Amino acid sequence: MPEFCIAGVAESPLGHVTDQSEPSMIALAAMAALDEAGIARTEVDGLFVNYLGEEGSVQLGEYLGIEPSHADSSDLGGGSWVGFIGHAMAAIAAGQCEVALLAYASRQRTLRKRSRAHVLAPPPPESITAQFDQPAGVPVPIGHFALVTARHMYEYGTTEEQLASVAVTGREWARLNPKAWRRDPLTVADVLASDRICGPIKKLDCCPITDGGGAIVVTTAERARAAKRPPVGIRGWGESHTHWHPHQRRDITSTAAVRSGRQAYEMAGIGPEDVDIFQPYDAFTITPILQLEDLGFCEKGAGGEMFAQGHLRPGGKLPAMTSGGGLSYTHPGAFGIFLVIEAVRQLRGEAGDRQVNPAPKTALVNGIGGLCSYSSTVVLTND
Amino acid sequence: MTDNDDILDPTTAAFWTAAADGKLVVQRCAACGHSQLYPRPFCLACDSTDLTWAETPGLGTVYSCVTVHLPVRADLPPPYSVGLVELDEGPRLLAAVPDDAAIGDRVAARWQPGDGGARPVLSFAPAGSLADAAEVVS
Repeated sequence: MPEFCIAGVAESPLGHVTDQSEPSMIALAAMAALDEAGIARTEVDGLFVNYLGEEGSVQLGEYLGIEPSHADSSDLGGGSWVGFIGHAMAAIAAGQCEVALLAYASRQRTLRKRSRAHVLAPPPPESITAQFDQPAGVPVPIGHFALVTARHMYEYGTTEEQLASVAVTGREWARLNPKAWRRDPLTVADVLASDRICGPIKKLDCCPITDGGGAIVVTTAERARAAKRPPVGIRGWGESHTHWHPHQRRDITSTAAVRSGRQAYEMAGIGPEDVDIFQPYDAFTITPILQLEDLGFCEKGAGGEMFAQGHLRPGGKLPAMTSGGGLSYTHPGAFGIFLVIEAVRQLRGEAGDRQVNPAPKTALVNGIGGLCSYSSTVVLTND
Repeated sequence: MTDNDDILDPTTAAFWTAAADGKLVVQRCAACGHSQLYPRPFCLACDSTDLTWAETPGLGTVYSCVTVHLPVRADLPPPYSVGLVELDEGPRLLAAVPDDAAIGDRVAARWQPGDGGARPVLSFAPAGSLADAAEVVS
Protein backbone atom coordinates (compact mmCIF):
# COMPACT_ATOMS: atom_id res chain seq x y z
CA MET A 1 0.00 0.00 0.00
CA PRO A 2 1.39 3.43 -0.91
CA GLU A 3 2.04 5.98 1.77
CA PHE A 4 -1.08 7.99 0.88
CA CYS A 5 -4.57 6.74 0.28
CA ILE A 6 -8.21 7.58 -0.07
CA ALA A 7 -9.87 6.05 2.95
CA GLY A 8 -13.48 7.08 2.33
CA VAL A 9 -15.74 8.65 -0.28
CA ALA A 10 -19.40 9.61 -0.42
CA GLU A 11 -21.85 11.54 -2.51
CA SER A 12 -24.24 14.05 -1.02
CA PRO A 13 -27.88 13.95 -2.12
CA LEU A 14 -27.94 14.39 -5.92
CA GLY A 15 -30.22 15.63 -8.65
CA HIS A 16 -32.90 18.07 -7.54
CA VAL A 17 -32.26 18.69 -3.85
CA THR A 18 -35.03 20.63 -2.08
CA ASP A 19 -34.63 19.40 1.48
CA GLN A 20 -31.00 20.25 2.18
CA SER A 21 -28.73 23.28 2.14
CA GLU A 22 -25.30 23.20 0.54
CA PRO A 23 -23.52 22.98 3.96
CA SER A 24 -25.89 20.25 5.14
CA MET A 25 -25.30 18.29 1.92
CA ILE A 26 -21.56 18.51 2.58
CA ALA A 27 -22.06 17.48 6.20
CA LEU A 28 -23.97 14.36 5.14
CA ALA A 29 -21.31 13.41 2.59
CA ALA A 30 -18.47 14.16 5.00
CA MET A 31 -19.95 12.04 7.76
CA ALA A 32 -20.50 9.13 5.36
CA ALA A 33 -16.98 9.37 3.95
CA LEU A 34 -15.45 9.59 7.42
CA ASP A 35 -17.54 6.59 8.50
CA GLU A 36 -16.07 4.56 5.62
CA ALA A 37 -12.62 5.72 6.66
CA GLY A 38 -13.18 4.74 10.30
CA ILE A 39 -12.02 8.21 11.29
CA ALA A 40 -13.87 10.56 13.65
CA ARG A 41 -14.94 13.99 12.48
CA THR A 42 -12.90 15.54 15.27
CA GLU A 43 -9.75 13.94 13.83
CA VAL A 44 -9.99 15.94 10.59
CA ASP A 45 -7.21 18.51 10.55
CA GLY A 46 -7.05 19.37 6.84
CA LEU A 47 -9.94 21.04 5.00
CA PHE A 48 -10.08 21.43 1.21
CA VAL A 49 -13.17 23.15 -0.18
CA ASN A 50 -14.13 25.57 -2.92
CA TYR A 51 -17.14 27.50 -4.23
CA LEU A 52 -18.82 28.02 -0.89
CA GLY A 53 -18.67 31.77 -1.03
CA GLU A 54 -16.43 34.12 0.84
CA GLU A 55 -13.85 32.28 2.93
CA GLY A 56 -15.50 28.97 2.15
CA SER A 57 -13.19 26.75 4.16
CA VAL A 58 -13.64 29.01 7.19
CA GLN A 59 -17.42 28.89 6.97
CA LEU A 60 -17.46 25.14 6.37
CA GLY A 61 -14.98 24.55 9.18
CA GLU A 62 -17.35 26.22 11.61
CA TYR A 63 -20.35 24.29 10.24
CA LEU A 64 -18.57 20.96 10.60
CA GLY A 65 -16.94 21.86 13.90
CA ILE A 66 -13.44 21.49 12.46
CA GLU A 67 -10.53 23.80 13.29
CA PRO A 68 -7.94 22.65 10.74
CA SER A 69 -4.18 22.95 10.92
CA HIS A 70 -4.20 23.20 7.09
CA ALA A 71 -6.84 24.77 4.82
CA ASP A 72 -6.98 25.14 1.05
CA SER A 73 -9.65 26.88 -1.01
CA SER A 74 -7.66 27.14 -4.25
CA ASP A 75 -9.95 28.14 -7.11
CA LEU A 76 -8.98 25.68 -9.85
CA GLY A 77 -12.45 25.33 -11.29
CA GLY A 78 -14.30 22.06 -11.68
CA GLY A 79 -11.09 20.03 -11.53
CA SER A 80 -10.21 21.35 -8.08
CA TRP A 81 -10.93 18.17 -6.12
CA VAL A 82 -8.69 16.05 -8.29
CA GLY A 83 -5.97 18.62 -7.67
CA PHE A 84 -6.80 18.79 -3.97
CA ILE A 85 -5.77 15.14 -3.68
CA GLY A 86 -2.25 16.17 -4.57
CA HIS A 87 -2.43 19.27 -2.39
CA ALA A 88 -3.54 17.06 0.51
CA MET A 89 -0.66 14.64 -0.05
CA ALA A 90 1.78 17.54 0.00
CA ALA A 91 0.27 18.98 3.16
CA ILE A 92 0.37 15.58 4.87
CA ALA A 93 3.95 14.99 3.72
CA ALA A 94 4.90 18.40 5.13
CA GLY A 95 3.39 17.48 8.49
CA GLN A 96 0.72 20.16 8.27
CA CYS A 97 -2.18 17.73 8.68
CA GLU A 98 -2.89 14.00 8.78
CA VAL A 99 -6.55 13.63 7.86
CA ALA A 100 -7.67 15.72 4.89
CA LEU A 101 -11.35 16.22 4.09
CA LEU A 102 -12.13 17.31 0.52
CA ALA A 103 -15.71 18.46 0.02
CA TYR A 104 -18.12 20.14 -2.37
CA ALA A 105 -21.83 20.78 -2.77
CA SER A 106 -23.97 22.95 -4.97
CA ARG A 107 -27.71 23.41 -5.41
CA GLN A 108 -27.29 25.35 -8.59
CA ARG A 109 -30.17 23.58 -10.28
CA THR A 110 -32.66 24.36 -7.54
CA LEU A 111 -31.31 27.82 -6.75
CA ARG A 112 -30.92 28.65 -10.47
CA LYS A 113 -27.42 29.92 -9.79
CA ARG A 114 -26.43 29.43 -13.40
CA SER A 115 -29.01 31.82 -14.73
CA ARG A 116 -27.64 34.12 -17.41
CA ALA A 117 -27.51 37.01 -14.97
CA HIS A 118 -25.16 35.04 -12.74
CA VAL A 119 -22.87 33.57 -15.36
CA LEU A 120 -22.69 36.64 -17.54
CA ALA A 121 -22.33 39.33 -14.89
CA PRO A 122 -20.12 41.98 -16.48
CA PRO A 123 -16.47 41.71 -15.49
CA PRO A 124 -14.76 44.78 -14.03
CA PRO A 125 -14.18 47.30 -16.86
CA GLU A 126 -10.43 47.39 -16.31
CA SER A 127 -10.05 43.61 -16.57
CA ILE A 128 -8.52 41.97 -19.62
CA THR A 129 -11.75 40.01 -19.98
CA ALA A 130 -13.84 43.19 -20.21
CA GLN A 131 -11.44 44.81 -22.65
CA PHE A 132 -10.49 41.94 -24.96
CA ASP A 133 -13.06 39.16 -24.51
CA GLN A 134 -16.46 40.27 -23.36
CA PRO A 135 -17.23 42.73 -26.22
CA ALA A 136 -17.32 39.81 -28.68
CA GLY A 137 -20.21 38.19 -26.83
CA VAL A 138 -18.75 34.71 -26.39
CA PRO A 139 -20.89 32.89 -23.82
CA VAL A 140 -19.00 31.52 -20.81
CA PRO A 141 -17.99 28.75 -20.60
CA ILE A 142 -19.62 27.13 -23.62
CA GLY A 143 -18.25 29.59 -26.18
CA HIS A 144 -14.68 28.78 -25.18
CA PHE A 145 -15.29 25.04 -25.54
CA ALA A 146 -17.05 25.69 -28.84
CA LEU A 147 -13.99 27.49 -30.21
CA VAL A 148 -11.89 24.49 -29.16
CA THR A 149 -14.37 22.07 -30.74
CA ALA A 150 -14.45 23.97 -34.03
CA ARG A 151 -10.67 24.09 -34.26
CA HIS A 152 -10.34 20.40 -33.36
CA MET A 153 -12.79 19.52 -36.12
CA TYR A 154 -10.86 21.68 -38.60
CA GLU A 155 -7.42 20.45 -37.63
CA TYR A 156 -8.10 16.75 -37.12
CA GLY A 157 -11.31 16.04 -39.00
CA THR A 158 -13.25 15.26 -35.84
CA THR A 159 -16.92 14.95 -36.75
CA GLU A 160 -20.17 15.90 -35.03
CA GLU A 161 -21.03 12.17 -35.06
CA GLN A 162 -17.83 11.38 -33.14
CA LEU A 163 -18.63 14.12 -30.62
CA ALA A 164 -22.14 12.70 -30.25
CA SER A 165 -20.67 9.25 -29.57
CA VAL A 166 -19.10 10.69 -26.41
CA ALA A 167 -22.55 11.58 -25.08
CA VAL A 168 -23.87 8.16 -26.12
CA THR A 169 -20.98 6.46 -24.31
CA GLY A 170 -21.77 8.32 -21.10
CA ARG A 171 -25.45 7.44 -21.45
CA GLU A 172 -24.74 3.73 -21.86
CA TRP A 173 -22.94 3.81 -18.53
CA ALA A 174 -25.61 6.02 -16.92
CA ARG A 175 -28.27 3.46 -17.82
CA LEU A 176 -26.41 1.11 -15.46
CA ASN A 177 -26.30 3.68 -12.63
CA PRO A 178 -29.54 4.16 -10.68
CA LYS A 179 -28.29 7.50 -9.35
CA ALA A 180 -27.77 9.00 -12.82
CA TRP A 181 -29.78 12.09 -13.75
CA ARG A 182 -30.36 11.11 -17.39
CA ARG A 183 -31.06 7.41 -18.02
CA ASP A 184 -33.29 7.19 -21.09
CA PRO A 185 -31.81 5.68 -24.26
CA LEU A 186 -29.71 8.04 -26.39
CA THR A 187 -28.44 7.70 -29.95
CA VAL A 188 -25.98 9.63 -32.06
CA ALA A 189 -28.96 10.78 -34.15
CA ASP A 190 -30.63 12.18 -31.01
CA VAL A 191 -27.57 14.28 -30.22
CA LEU A 192 -27.26 15.51 -33.79
CA ALA A 193 -30.95 16.47 -33.83
CA SER A 194 -30.79 18.49 -30.60
CA ASP A 195 -30.80 22.29 -30.75
CA ARG A 196 -27.59 23.97 -31.86
CA ILE A 197 -26.42 26.23 -29.04
CA CYS A 198 -22.97 27.52 -29.88
CA GLY A 199 -20.89 26.67 -32.94
CA PRO A 200 -20.77 22.92 -33.42
CA ILE A 201 -22.02 22.34 -29.84
CA LYS A 202 -25.61 21.18 -29.53
CA LYS A 203 -27.78 20.81 -26.46
CA LEU A 204 -26.96 17.13 -25.92
CA ASP A 205 -23.23 17.84 -26.25
CA CYS A 206 -23.57 19.72 -22.94
CA CYS A 207 -23.77 18.50 -19.35
CA PRO A 208 -27.05 19.05 -17.50
CA ILE A 209 -27.29 21.36 -14.51
CA THR A 210 -27.95 19.41 -11.32
CA ASP A 211 -27.64 19.69 -7.56
CA GLY A 212 -25.05 17.54 -5.84
CA GLY A 213 -21.85 17.20 -3.94
CA GLY A 214 -19.51 14.82 -2.20
CA ALA A 215 -16.65 14.23 0.18
CA ILE A 216 -13.29 12.44 0.06
CA VAL A 217 -10.97 11.52 2.93
CA VAL A 218 -7.25 11.52 2.10
CA THR A 219 -4.84 10.30 4.73
CA THR A 220 -1.86 8.05 5.35
CA ALA A 221 -1.97 4.28 5.06
CA GLU A 222 -1.27 4.17 8.78
CA ARG A 223 -4.31 6.31 9.65
CA ALA A 224 -6.50 4.32 7.25
CA ARG A 225 -6.00 1.01 9.10
CA ALA A 226 -9.41 1.29 10.77
CA ALA A 227 -11.20 1.91 7.46
CA LYS A 228 -14.36 -0.13 6.87
CA ARG A 229 -13.63 -0.37 3.14
CA PRO A 230 -10.32 -1.16 1.46
CA PRO A 231 -8.31 2.06 1.14
CA VAL A 232 -7.33 3.05 -2.40
CA GLY A 233 -3.72 4.01 -2.97
CA ILE A 234 -2.72 7.33 -4.52
CA ARG A 235 0.24 6.56 -6.80
CA GLY A 236 0.71 9.79 -8.69
CA TRP A 237 -0.65 13.25 -9.31
CA GLY A 238 0.04 16.33 -11.35
CA GLU A 239 -1.55 19.65 -12.18
CA SER A 240 -1.09 22.65 -14.43
CA HIS A 241 -2.98 25.40 -16.19
CA THR A 242 -2.40 27.05 -19.51
CA HIS A 243 -4.54 30.16 -20.09
CA TRP A 244 -7.70 32.03 -19.23
CA HIS A 245 -8.44 33.95 -22.43
CA PRO A 246 -8.78 31.91 -25.63
CA HIS A 247 -6.58 34.35 -27.59
CA GLN A 248 -3.65 33.62 -25.30
CA ARG A 249 -3.36 29.88 -25.99
CA ARG A 250 -1.41 29.09 -29.15
CA ASP A 251 -2.83 25.58 -29.60
CA ILE A 252 -6.31 25.57 -28.12
CA THR A 253 -6.79 21.88 -29.00
CA SER A 254 -4.13 20.84 -26.48
CA THR A 255 -4.81 21.06 -22.73
CA ALA A 256 -2.84 21.24 -19.50
CA ALA A 257 -3.46 17.48 -19.23
CA VAL A 258 -0.28 17.00 -21.26
CA ARG A 259 1.75 18.29 -18.33
CA SER A 260 -0.41 17.10 -15.44
CA GLY A 261 -0.62 13.65 -17.00
CA ARG A 262 3.13 13.40 -17.50
CA GLN A 263 3.70 14.36 -13.87
CA ALA A 264 1.17 11.80 -12.63
CA TYR A 265 2.51 8.99 -14.85
CA GLU A 266 6.09 9.68 -13.78
CA MET A 267 5.26 9.70 -10.09
CA ALA A 268 3.29 6.48 -10.44
CA GLY A 269 5.87 4.84 -12.69
CA ILE A 270 3.23 3.82 -15.21
CA GLY A 271 2.06 4.76 -18.68
CA PRO A 272 -1.34 4.92 -20.36
CA GLU A 273 -1.03 1.23 -21.31
CA ASP A 274 -1.24 0.35 -17.60
CA VAL A 275 -4.56 2.12 -17.02
CA ASP A 276 -7.63 -0.11 -16.56
CA ILE A 277 -10.32 2.58 -16.25
CA PHE A 278 -10.36 6.25 -17.16
CA GLN A 279 -12.43 9.00 -15.59
CA PRO A 280 -12.31 12.08 -17.85
CA TYR A 281 -14.18 15.34 -17.17
CA ASP A 282 -17.01 15.51 -19.68
CA ALA A 283 -18.59 18.91 -19.26
CA PHE A 284 -18.91 18.98 -23.06
CA THR A 285 -18.38 16.17 -25.54
CA ILE A 286 -15.08 17.62 -26.79
CA THR A 287 -13.31 17.36 -23.43
CA PRO A 288 -12.94 13.56 -23.09
CA ILE A 289 -11.62 13.52 -26.66
CA LEU A 290 -8.93 16.06 -25.74
CA GLN A 291 -8.12 14.14 -22.57
CA LEU A 292 -7.73 10.80 -24.36
CA GLU A 293 -5.23 12.43 -26.70
CA ASP A 294 -3.38 14.59 -24.18
CA LEU A 295 -3.00 11.69 -21.72
CA GLY A 296 -1.52 9.42 -24.36
CA PHE A 297 -4.33 6.92 -24.95
CA CYS A 298 -4.21 7.67 -28.68
CA GLU A 299 -2.52 9.91 -31.20
CA LYS A 300 -3.44 13.60 -31.22
CA GLY A 301 -6.62 13.91 -33.25
CA ALA A 302 -7.69 10.27 -32.88
CA GLY A 303 -9.83 10.72 -29.75
CA GLY A 304 -13.12 11.13 -31.60
CA GLU A 305 -12.56 7.95 -33.57
CA MET A 306 -11.68 6.06 -30.38
CA PHE A 307 -15.05 7.03 -28.91
CA ALA A 308 -16.95 6.27 -32.12
CA GLN A 309 -15.39 2.80 -32.23
CA GLY A 310 -16.87 2.06 -28.81
CA HIS A 311 -13.63 1.52 -26.91
CA LEU A 312 -14.86 3.56 -23.92
CA ARG A 313 -18.28 1.90 -23.64
CA PRO A 314 -19.31 -0.91 -21.26
CA GLY A 315 -17.26 -3.92 -22.34
CA GLY A 316 -14.76 -1.73 -24.22
CA LYS A 317 -10.99 -1.90 -23.89
CA LEU A 318 -10.78 1.35 -21.87
CA PRO A 319 -13.95 1.81 -19.80
CA ALA A 320 -14.45 5.54 -19.19
CA MET A 321 -17.09 7.85 -17.69
CA THR A 322 -18.34 4.76 -15.86
CA SER A 323 -20.77 6.68 -13.61
CA GLY A 324 -22.40 8.15 -16.70
CA GLY A 325 -20.15 11.17 -16.47
CA GLY A 326 -21.01 14.82 -16.29
CA LEU A 327 -23.12 14.45 -19.42
CA SER A 328 -25.57 11.95 -17.89
CA TYR A 329 -24.83 11.22 -14.21
CA THR A 330 -24.61 14.63 -12.54
CA HIS A 331 -22.94 17.99 -13.04
CA PRO A 332 -23.57 20.50 -10.27
CA GLY A 333 -21.22 23.10 -11.71
CA ALA A 334 -18.04 21.33 -10.70
CA PHE A 335 -17.67 17.65 -11.49
CA GLY A 336 -14.17 16.77 -10.29
CA ILE A 337 -15.09 15.27 -6.94
CA PHE A 338 -17.40 12.72 -8.62
CA LEU A 339 -14.60 11.47 -10.88
CA VAL A 340 -12.63 10.44 -7.80
CA ILE A 341 -15.61 8.93 -6.01
CA GLU A 342 -16.45 6.77 -9.04
CA ALA A 343 -12.84 5.68 -9.54
CA VAL A 344 -12.61 4.61 -5.89
CA ARG A 345 -15.84 2.60 -6.11
CA GLN A 346 -14.72 0.86 -9.28
CA LEU A 347 -11.35 0.00 -7.73
CA ARG A 348 -13.14 -1.43 -4.70
CA GLY A 349 -15.41 -3.50 -6.91
CA GLU A 350 -18.59 -1.97 -5.49
CA ALA A 351 -20.04 -0.21 -8.53
CA GLY A 352 -23.06 -2.49 -8.94
CA ASP A 353 -24.43 -3.09 -12.44
CA ARG A 354 -21.81 -0.81 -13.97
CA GLN A 355 -18.86 -2.51 -12.25
CA VAL A 356 -16.04 -3.07 -14.71
CA ASN A 357 -15.27 -6.79 -14.73
CA PRO A 358 -12.70 -7.98 -13.89
CA ALA A 359 -12.36 -5.27 -11.26
CA PRO A 360 -9.82 -2.66 -12.39
CA LYS A 361 -6.50 -2.31 -10.59
CA THR A 362 -5.42 1.11 -11.88
CA ALA A 363 -7.57 4.17 -12.52
CA LEU A 364 -6.58 7.43 -14.19
CA VAL A 365 -8.63 10.47 -13.19
CA ASN A 366 -8.39 13.79 -15.01
CA GLY A 367 -10.13 16.95 -13.90
CA ILE A 368 -10.59 20.04 -16.06
CA GLY A 369 -11.20 23.49 -14.68
CA GLY A 370 -11.89 27.00 -15.82
CA LEU A 371 -12.31 27.65 -19.53
CA CYS A 372 -10.50 24.48 -20.64
CA SER A 373 -7.68 26.04 -18.61
CA TYR A 374 -6.70 23.78 -15.72
CA SER A 375 -5.91 20.09 -15.52
CA SER A 376 -5.29 17.79 -12.60
CA THR A 377 -4.47 14.11 -12.97
CA VAL A 378 -4.25 11.37 -10.35
CA VAL A 379 -3.37 7.69 -10.57
CA LEU A 380 -5.27 5.49 -8.11
CA THR A 381 -4.66 1.77 -7.46
CA ASN A 382 -6.17 -0.98 -5.33
CA ASP A 383 -2.99 -2.89 -4.61
CA MET B 1 -13.12 60.13 -29.39
CA THR B 2 -13.39 57.73 -26.54
CA ASP B 3 -12.89 58.85 -23.01
CA ASN B 4 -10.07 56.64 -21.79
CA ASP B 5 -10.74 57.50 -18.18
CA ASP B 6 -13.03 54.49 -18.02
CA ILE B 7 -10.30 52.04 -19.00
CA LEU B 8 -8.64 52.12 -15.59
CA ASP B 9 -5.81 50.02 -17.00
CA PRO B 10 -2.73 52.10 -17.75
CA THR B 11 -1.10 49.19 -19.59
CA THR B 12 -3.80 49.07 -22.27
CA ALA B 13 -4.61 52.80 -22.48
CA ALA B 14 -2.57 53.33 -25.67
CA PHE B 15 -4.40 50.45 -27.37
CA TRP B 16 -7.76 52.11 -26.78
CA THR B 17 -6.51 55.58 -27.68
CA ALA B 18 -5.39 54.19 -31.05
CA ALA B 19 -8.70 52.35 -31.43
CA ALA B 20 -10.58 55.61 -30.98
CA ASP B 21 -8.65 56.89 -34.01
CA GLY B 22 -9.61 53.81 -35.99
CA LYS B 23 -6.18 52.24 -35.67
CA LEU B 24 -5.32 48.73 -34.55
CA VAL B 25 -2.02 48.58 -32.71
CA VAL B 26 0.02 45.73 -31.26
CA GLN B 27 2.74 45.88 -28.68
CA ARG B 28 6.14 45.24 -30.28
CA CYS B 29 9.38 44.36 -28.54
CA ALA B 30 12.23 46.59 -29.66
CA ALA B 31 14.76 43.98 -28.53
CA CYS B 32 13.50 40.85 -30.33
CA GLY B 33 10.70 42.05 -32.62
CA HIS B 34 8.01 39.90 -30.97
CA SER B 35 4.48 41.28 -31.24
CA GLN B 36 1.98 40.71 -28.46
CA LEU B 37 -1.57 41.41 -27.34
CA TYR B 38 -2.93 42.03 -24.80
CA PRO B 39 -0.15 44.35 -23.69
CA ARG B 40 2.10 43.62 -20.74
CA PRO B 41 4.96 45.54 -19.15
CA PHE B 42 7.44 42.98 -20.51
CA CYS B 43 8.00 40.91 -23.64
CA LEU B 44 6.61 37.38 -23.35
CA ALA B 45 9.29 36.13 -25.76
CA CYS B 46 12.47 37.65 -24.29
CA ASP B 47 11.52 39.48 -21.05
CA SER B 48 12.70 42.84 -22.40
CA THR B 49 10.85 45.88 -21.12
CA ASP B 50 11.72 47.90 -24.24
CA LEU B 51 8.27 47.81 -25.81
CA THR B 52 6.66 50.06 -28.39
CA TRP B 53 3.31 50.29 -30.15
CA ALA B 54 3.06 49.44 -33.83
CA GLU B 55 0.09 50.13 -36.06
CA THR B 56 -1.01 47.12 -38.11
CA PRO B 57 -3.10 46.92 -41.28
CA GLY B 58 -5.38 44.61 -39.29
CA LEU B 59 -5.12 41.74 -41.74
CA GLY B 60 -5.39 38.25 -40.39
CA THR B 61 -6.68 34.69 -40.69
CA VAL B 62 -9.57 33.07 -38.84
CA TYR B 63 -8.06 30.53 -36.39
CA SER B 64 -11.39 29.36 -34.99
CA CYS B 65 -14.94 30.62 -35.15
CA VAL B 66 -18.38 29.75 -33.84
CA THR B 67 -21.94 30.92 -34.28
CA VAL B 68 -23.67 31.81 -31.04
CA HIS B 69 -27.33 30.75 -30.90
CA LEU B 70 -28.14 31.64 -27.29
CA PRO B 71 -28.82 35.15 -26.02
CA VAL B 72 -25.82 36.69 -24.26
CA ARG B 73 -26.60 40.42 -24.19
CA ALA B 74 -29.53 42.61 -25.13
CA ASP B 75 -27.45 44.41 -27.75
CA LEU B 76 -26.35 41.15 -29.41
CA PRO B 77 -29.39 39.27 -30.74
CA PRO B 78 -28.42 35.73 -31.83
CA PRO B 79 -27.39 34.22 -34.06
CA TYR B 80 -24.06 35.95 -34.57
CA SER B 81 -20.56 34.74 -35.31
CA VAL B 82 -17.42 35.25 -33.30
CA GLY B 83 -13.90 34.34 -34.30
CA LEU B 84 -10.44 34.00 -32.93
CA VAL B 85 -8.46 35.87 -35.56
CA GLU B 86 -4.70 35.58 -35.87
CA LEU B 87 -3.21 38.85 -37.10
CA ASP B 88 -0.38 38.57 -39.60
CA GLU B 89 1.86 40.02 -36.86
CA GLY B 90 1.07 36.99 -34.64
CA PRO B 91 -1.28 38.07 -31.84
CA ARG B 92 -4.85 36.83 -31.83
CA LEU B 93 -8.04 38.76 -31.14
CA LEU B 94 -11.56 37.64 -30.30
CA ALA B 95 -14.16 39.61 -32.22
CA ALA B 96 -17.18 39.44 -34.49
CA VAL B 97 -16.55 37.82 -37.89
CA PRO B 98 -18.82 37.54 -40.95
CA ASP B 99 -21.75 35.14 -40.54
CA ASP B 100 -20.34 32.79 -43.18
CA ALA B 101 -16.77 32.94 -41.87
CA ALA B 102 -14.78 29.72 -41.85
CA ILE B 103 -11.45 28.76 -40.32
CA GLY B 104 -8.68 29.80 -42.67
CA ASP B 105 -10.57 32.79 -44.14
CA ARG B 106 -8.66 36.01 -44.63
CA VAL B 107 -10.21 38.94 -42.77
CA ALA B 108 -9.56 42.59 -42.02
CA ALA B 109 -10.09 44.47 -38.75
CA ARG B 110 -12.39 47.43 -38.48
CA TRP B 111 -13.27 49.66 -35.55
CA GLN B 112 -16.70 51.09 -35.00
CA PRO B 113 -17.42 53.81 -32.42
CA GLY B 114 -18.96 52.53 -29.21
CA ASP B 115 -22.37 53.80 -28.19
CA GLY B 116 -22.45 56.84 -25.95
CA GLY B 117 -18.71 57.21 -25.48
CA ALA B 118 -18.14 53.53 -24.81
CA ARG B 119 -14.99 51.90 -26.13
CA PRO B 120 -14.75 51.34 -29.88
CA VAL B 121 -15.92 47.92 -31.00
CA LEU B 122 -13.67 45.67 -33.07
CA SER B 123 -14.96 43.41 -35.79
CA PHE B 124 -13.50 41.59 -38.76
CA ALA B 125 -14.82 41.89 -42.30
CA PRO B 126 -13.76 39.85 -45.32
CA ALA B 127 -10.26 40.94 -46.37
CA GLY B 128 -10.41 43.51 -49.13
CA SER B 129 -13.05 45.65 -47.48
CA LEU B 130 -10.61 47.91 -45.62
CA ALA B 131 -11.80 50.93 -47.59
CA ASP B 132 -15.29 50.34 -46.22
CA ALA B 133 -13.91 50.19 -42.70
CA ALA B 134 -12.25 53.58 -43.04
CA GLU B 135 -15.58 55.09 -44.05
CA VAL B 136 -17.38 53.58 -41.08
CA VAL B 137 -14.87 55.01 -38.61
CA SER B 138 -14.95 58.49 -40.10
